[in-house]
Amino acid sequence: MNTFLLQIRLLQVLPGNAGWMIALIPLLPLAAFVLLGLFGRKYFKQSAGIIATILLLASTLLALYTAYGYFFEYGKMDGVYQKLVPLKYTWLQFSEGVSIDMGILLDPISAMMLVVVTFISLMVHIYSLGYMKGDERFATYYAFLGLFTFSMLGLVIASNIFQIYIFWELVGVSSFLLIGYYYDKPSAVAACKKAFIVTRFADLGFLIGILILSFYSGTLDFNTLIQRLTSPESSELTAALSSSFLGISALTWGMLLVFIGGAGKSAMFPLHIWLPDAMEGPTPVSALIHAATMVVAGVFLVARLFPVFALSAPDALNIVGYVGAFSALIAAVIACTQTDIKRVLAFSTMSQIGFMMFALGVSKYGGEEGLGYTASMFHLFTHAMFKALLFLGAGAVIHYVHSNDMKDMGGLRKLLPITHITFLIACLAIAGVPPFAGFFSKEEILLAAYNHNPAIYWVALITSGLTAFYMFRLYFSIFWNKAPARLENLSRPFGRAEGKAHGGQHGEGGVAMMLPLILLAIGAAAAGFIPFGNFVSSDGKVLPSEFHLQFSIAPVALGLSGIFFAMAMYKKQNVLPDKIAASLSGLYKAAYHKFYIDELYLFVTKKILFNLIGRPAAWFDKNVVDGLVNATGTGTQTISEKIKSMQSGKVQQYGIYFLAAVIGLAVLFVYGWK
Amino acid sequence: MLAPGLYHILFISTALFFIGVYGFFTRRNLITILMSVELILNSVNLNFIAFNKYLWPDKLDGLFFTIFIIAIAAAEAAVAIAIIINLYRSHHSIDVENAEEMKY
Repeated sequence: MNTFLLQIRLLQVLPGNAGWMIALIPLLPLAAFVLLGLFGRKYFKQSAGIIATILLLASTLLALYTAYGYFFEYGKMDGVYQKLVPLKYTWLQFSEGVSIDMGILLDPISAMMLVVVTFISLMVHIYSLGYMKGDERFATYYAFLGLFTFSMLGLVIASNIFQIYIFWELVGVSSFLLIGYYYDKPSAVAACKKAFIVTRFADLGFLIGILILSFYSGTLDFNTLIQRLTSPESSELTAALSSSFLGISALTWGMLLVFIGGAGKSAMFPLHIWLPDAMEGPTPVSALIHAATMVVAGVFLVARLFPVFALSAPDALNIVGYVGAFSALIAAVIACTQTDIKRVLAFSTMSQIGFMMFALGVSKYGGEEGLGYTASMFHLFTHAMFKALLFLGAGAVIHYVHSNDMKDMGGLRKLLPITHITFLIACLAIAGVPPFAGFFSKEEILLAAYNHNPAIYWVALITSGLTAFYMFRLYFSIFWNKAPARLENLSRPFGRAEGKAHGGQHGEGGVAMMLPLILLAIGAAAAGFIPFGNFVSSDGKVLPSEFHLQFSIAPVALGLSGIFFAMAMYKKQNVLPDKIAASLSGLYKAAYHKFYIDELYLFVTKKILFNLIGRPAAWFDKNVVDGLVNATGTGTQTISEKIKSMQSGKVQQYGIYFLAAVIGLAVLFVYGWK
Repeated sequence: MLAPGLYHILFISTALFFIGVYGFFTRRNLITILMSVELILNSVNLNFIAFNKYLWPDKLDGLFFTIFIIAIAAAEAAVAIAIIINLYRSHHSIDVENAEEMKY
């Protein structure tokens, strides 16, 4: 359907000023950012949290209203969910047809993402009211949260591929600010730099991908671009497919490069190294970045361009699938060995994002074959709930124990009852135990993989077993295992732990911290019953959610046995874990050190890049470039030292120079002038 | 007795000019230097008048220039004397050799 027709239809279906209403959703957090960023430290030191939370609450309600309207009132036409563009403002026009627009693209995934992002962000805002209370830079913290939420919301509603890129970078910047929030901690500074550089490096791929895609399709607008690059009779598609580089078509290159950008943000192997370190930020920030927002941006990007991937560049989509599956497996193995609870959660996030990626990778376009797409988005939705819950629960634990290390925890179930129950729900959800949310979405993913790619299916099956194991290892280590350590013993300097503002014995945290846990627990328990296929599918048509009892036996059994193993090993304090670790020493050590990927990067950058390129370049700069610059300096100095006596301060001497020059010119004019 | 021609006048103006230049370079007293500058200016005036009279007797441009230069010279003398007075106040001398702070 061409844009013109779309506009006409819009006028019919959309209520009058819906566009501006949707625009308010990202603009309210931006307003919070501007207000608190400019005036927060002076005027809103105490009230910053309340202001930001209220603005975001309004934004959340608008998002819910929009999603309701889209899914139940005006989104559907002839049984197909339309891609609506309720607002579009041409920002930078390059030529006829190629322009950077700021607009809103409303389709099932963006409507869903609006709800997810605002809801999770709202939970994090409320939670931070308790968690960050008394922090020196409370207002700044909320300003950064506002900026982050704004960028992410702008990203999901982007109607133009360049608009998504702009917000993509904004997400990178604001995550940099949030991860480096404790800027006096060297590890946090290193982590935020690492996150920024790694994702920025990946974004270079994204940018080149955008240029390739827009060069061949002659547009930057998503709807037009997808339409031109998917319909077989279009000349743009033929051109993009026929020109090739290294035997791979230009379109596949473009899509692969776009995927590199997505892989960087979504922490796919081998660009995942920033993710575990990003845990240096405050825990609610980890929940925000890792649950609903930054890391799923890559999945969202692939989903946004999914028709092009599926219909025109299946090779690129296969690579997405394999990278996703590999990342899921490797992250799950690493997660089994980590002892920092936030790092375990970080690797679990990477693993779950891997699930979403390969679900997209195995999917086809349209109908039953598009199950993977629906499953991926479904998993994104449920994962946002339970992963935010896990992080916020972990935050409550850290808040209580003042340590990130599992070894300092144990037996907390009596002391933190609400956290305990909600954390258990989240663990059950992520482990895929029915009837919690993760079960449904993971079943769909596994089914999609089973139907299309057996190899990925087996990897996924093993990974889901591992997921159950490491999550319950975490759960039992925190809440069971040894007797609760007396807090006096833990009152050593907080070290890496956060929450400096309070000391001594205290309870579980106020209403502000418990309310989000409870709400998210409800979500994590019940979100699975949403018939997701009715709303989100690859082609916009309804995809009935089917439930295959026989199929789900294997994953559930595997998940339960993972839980059982974890229980045997970690419920009571015993030597079993150490024994097993010792018997698998090589593998265990490798996994504990994250398979030495960080070291590999360091080796490549420090030893190879620095020695082969960095040092020669530095030598050239120091000796040749600086030498030239210095030579002009010293040359000027020597010459002026020699001739400075000409400026004697004696007027008559100047007069002689003047006369000599006049005579010289006179001679020149008289004899030399022809 | 011959009436004085163009060459006589030019000779005198050239002589005046070089006397002025000589004075400008050799005197140390600023008032004398100023007088030498006046000599140079007046030698130019003589040239203007002579050329005007002998080459284009029906035009007045040379005379206008001369009057103009006399006015300029008056202004210049006023400015120069003001400078000299200020110099005297700060240095207690009007010798150019003493005013050489403006050097490297």
